[in-house]
Amino acid sequence: MTASSTPKADAGDRAALPAKVFAWPGLLRIESLVALAAIIILCVWSITIDAPLEEPANPAITPNPAKAPWYFLGLQELLVYFDPWIAGVVIPGLCIVGLMAIPYLDVNLKGNGYYTFKRRAFAISTFLFGFLGLWIIPIVIGVFFRGPGWNLFWPWEHWDIHKVVAQNNVNLGNLIGIKNYLAEAVLGIVFLSAWYVVPPLVLWRKKYAESPTLKAMGLTRFVITAFLFQSMMLVPLKIFARLVLHVKYFLVLPWFNV
Amino acid sequence: MPTLEQDKEDKTELRDRIASSQIWRSIFRHGFDDTQRNRVLQMTAGFLLHTRPVKVWTHGIRLRYTWGAGGLTFLMFVVACITGVVLMFYYRPVPEYAYADMKYLKFDIPFGMFMRNMHRWSAHAMVLLVLVHMLRVFLTGSYKKPREFNWVIGVCLLTLTLLLSFTGYLLPWDQLSIWAVTVGTNMARATPFLGHEGPFSEFLPFISPRYDARSLLLGGTIVAQGTLLRFYVLHCIVLPIFAIWFVMVHFYRIRKDGGISGPNKALEPPLVARPVPAGQIAPESSPPKASGALPENQPGQENQSARKSEGESE
Ligand code: HEM
Repeated sequence: MTASSTPKADAGDRAALPAKVFAWPGLLRIESLVALAAIIILCVWSITIDAPLEEPANPAITPNPAKAPWYFLGLQELLVYFDPWIAGVVIPGLCIVGLMAIPYLDVNLKGNGYYTFKRRAFAISTFLFGFLGLWIIPIVIGVFFRGPGWNLFWPWEHWDIHKVVAQNNVNLGNLIGIKNYLAEAVLGIVFLSAWYVVPPLVLWRKKYAESPTLKAMGLTRFVITAFLFQSMMLVPLKIFARLVLHVKYFLVLPWFNV
Repeated sequence: MPTLEQDKEDKTELRDRIASSQIWRSIFRHGFDDTQRNRVLQMTAGFLLHTRPVKVWTHGIRLRYTWGAGGLTFLMFVVACITGVVLMFYYRPVPEYAYADMKYLKFDIPFGMFMRNMHRWSAHAMVLLVLVHMLRVFLTGSYKKPREFNWVIGVCLLTLTLLLSFTGYLLPWDQLSIWAVTVGTNMARATPFLGHEGPFSEFLPFISPRYDARSLLLGGTIVAQGTLLRFYVLHCIVLPIFAIWFVMVHFYRIRKDGGISGPNKALEPPLVARPVPAGQIAPESSPPKASGALPENQPGQENQSARKSEGESE
């Protein structure tokens, strides 16, 4: 019964509201059919393909590669580019918190309850970038393209356990010729601070006057959004820096490295 | 019941007799009368049906809109719960037996392997479907007002789904499971402050390899019998209870938030009442000058009329 009264709808809007049907048979029939189909598929699948069971657990023999379950391979993939405390703790934590924050950061009232791209182009492109680019694709890479030593292999390629990939990565400071630890640390701090502060600041200063979205967001929402967005983009930045410039760390401190 | 009386076949007479018997009437009180009132009563009288709304939005039952992904996630969870209970009859969470019980299930228990397969594949399907469901909820903007909190509950469910899957991964106690869990839990040793290899752990003197975030998960310093028991209890008791609780809240909120979200332009801000920023698609009929004259962001009378024209234009 409750669902039949939408709290938001005042009398004037009633006419504009979409139609309703009885849940039986309207909803329940299609639900049962879909459920039936799903169960049949699952049964056939379970009859034909057995769940894996390997050799008994043996702490003395480490398989190479040791892979996490597929849904965590995205995180394991990040271990290539980040230290464990970032890849395993900070990034998943930010993902969960960031996902939870989405409804409170997105002030765009358009595109609620239907598919649209152009009315929420930024939200959708950002989400798809994170979801597909930083979650699904790393999983695919981890499942199909990683072999012994966590080296890259084609799925059809023989896993050569002696494959050696030369890795002479240097830190950001070394890259531009700084040898002094202190100077390097300062450079790292400046670089990371600039990454987080400059683009959002420029955007805010230049666009605030003319952008109803920024006005609707307000400073607090904007700062949080910018922080989460820049954190997300730091991941592809680091991957790029590693693969193309062979950068190991942006920032080296006695306590941790980024 | 006029509809039944019209029917003269034997079968129908039998059905009629059953449907009017005392036993039947004590269970299903409201018969088959096809009146609006009776159909409401049918839905609200029983426990199972009353968990569903009497009426739903027509757009909300289209597969093309929801992809059925949330419902299928739930179905996979139910399948995993049922088959999981069957597996619990045969499985002992100690290293001596766990692996042997897998073999026992496969070779000695009728339908044992089938139960294990159903459990395994439904769990994988659940992880996949929950991601698909989240994607569709995002693409339809269904997390927006008034459904913000249900999205938050959804994120909790996503986390719980992953944890359920992960804890279950260890239980077969084969090479695959212990090393996957070793890799997965190794990151916990690098937790800032709380992991013995994490940054700043030197500031907390009681953090050591034996007592840190990772050993809390493992029940020791390596994946061993303590870990197996811990993961078993989490997998079979703690996490399912949380998941069931959150699913109930999730479903309750869907109804309290007004059912499945749908294209209700009345809830959207007036496009025409606001200067259209460059780069956005302006409705054909709105000259920028005239629209700029209307106040921004105020749900006043002017905007009411603006809403109407917007609703009509699409
Ligand atoms: C165990 C996991 C989950 C289950 C069983 C579940 C189940 C459902 C079901 C059955 C619906 C009804 C509509 C539909 O099928 O799409 C729904 C709607 C919804 N779910 Fe989930 N869900 C889960 C996880 C999530 C996650 C991970 C999110 C988001 C992060 C989420 C957010 C929502 C929201 C906002 C709605 C309302 C959608 C609307 O009104 O259009 N749920 N959920």
